[in-house]
Amino acid sequence: MSVETAVPSTVDVVDREPATRTSPKQLAAHIATTVAAPAAEAVDVESRFPTEAMDAIREAGMLGALIPVEDGGLGWPLEDVALAVTELAKGCSSAAMVYAMHQIQVACLVRHGNNDTLRDFTRQVAAQGLLLASATTEVGIGGNVRNSSCAVETCGDRFSLTKQAPVISYGQRADAILATARRTPSSPPNDQVLALCRKGNFTLEPTSRWDALGFRGTCSLGFLLSVSGHASDVLPVAYGDISSQTMLPVSHILWSSLWLGIATAAADKARRFVQAAARKNPDATPPNALRLAELTNALQQFQDLVSAARDRYTSISHDPSQTTSIAFAITMNSLKVSASTLVVDVVQRALLICGMAGYANHSPFTLGRLLRDAYGAQLMVNNDRINANNAQLLLVARGES
Amino acid sequence: MRDRIISVLSAYGRLPNPVETLGRDDDLYRAGLTSHASVNVMLGLEDEFDIEFPDAMLRKSTFESIASIESALQRLCDRSQLPA
Repeated sequence: MSVETAVPSTVDVVDREPATRTSPKQLAAHIATTVAAPAAEAVDVESRFPTEAMDAIREAGMLGALIPVEDGGLGWPLEDVALAVTELAKGCSSAAMVYAMHQIQVACLVRHGNNDTLRDFTRQVAAQGLLLASATTEVGIGGNVRNSSCAVETCGDRFSLTKQAPVISYGQRADAILATARRTPSSPPNDQVLALCRKGNFTLEPTSRWDALGFRGTCSLGFLLSVSGHASDVLPVAYGDISSQTMLPVSHILWSSLWLGIATAAADKARRFVQAAARKNPDATPPNALRLAELTNALQQFQDLVSAARDRYTSISHDPSQTTSIAFAITMNSLKVSASTLVVDVVQRALLICGMAGYANHSPFTLGRLLRDAYGAQLMVNNDRINANNAQLLLVARGES
Repeated sequence: MRDRIISVLSAYGRLPNPVETLGRDDDLYRAGLTSHASVNVMLGLEDEFDIEFPDAMLRKSTFESIASIESALQRLCDRSQLPA
């Protein structure tokens, strides 16, 4: 009818979509199946860092995925990173978690690292494939990451900071750590900044071991973090703004995408189990096919929850007046609670479908690791804390959006 | 209006220093207003001025200073005096 609907020439199509081009999702799926999944059991058993997967991710340039192309990154939108996290999680939850946590820090740097020093560092992250970790929790603050007890001390153009961190996931593997602290030693606990601690500037003294039920490859030990660096390594924006505009929504979106990957991996096992039974006796629908239908309802709910939250954030991520609103905070909190609950629900349904084959540790349908990993979701930022936060926010929210 | 705002902030803001020591445009969050306490302040203001903040006003910037609270309340009070 119109010019717009005219069929483009073959040349145009080829130019726009070369046959050899791999989508971010395909790239991540390839790494997940060829590198992350084969090592996942060893990572879990030995509670060790997923070195193979993280090396492959670095080689593919994916550590700089969120960094704009002009700064040497891949320039992926958050949605592509989220899809990549889901794919990686199907192969190895720990590798996917390391990747997701790194990207959360990168997202903060890209949006809020607005000085020359930090922009240079962001380019280094892309060029050298640096791995970023995070130190937001602190001993003695009761788990509330919007409070700090430690403080940045500035002397001339240098800053120093000492922090008792109960957890710094993969801290010993990190090329840099972003740590929260009070702005000055006289600042109230909630007046926080985010400080970039570069390798060479910081020391880590382990204060605990990491031998946990799940996510065993994240190596989430506690440390005493001591850092001394250039004052321009302290991000120029208040941490409260970084948190509400970027860190919190990106965390919940990437984590829920990761849990969706765990749920999908479990659902795949359940589906293959039911289909194998069906092929043995095509005349009768296997009894657990009904459970698979029910599992699929929950999984679809999960998929749509995650993709809607992603769209919601993408549409307003550049508008601080919306990302700092109570209504938006409630939706992101709610996403985290729902997704972290759904992942256990789906994996548990898969276990009922696969039965003893799922319960056994060395069967093709084994679900032990996925179930153990799934239970971590409700604890990393405890759902009780998030629900309590929403309970309070709802005292003033009007439900208009 | 400003005195009533200050009394609500004193009662519910849980600021480490007396609210009276703050300037009209000082950043309340940097002065120690947590997100939890800010909701209590919103509730206190709603009771004190017999208003409801619409969702569009429920964002960080509305409560970042005594001046911004005052301007938000001004808009709401003006609006409530309009004929229905």
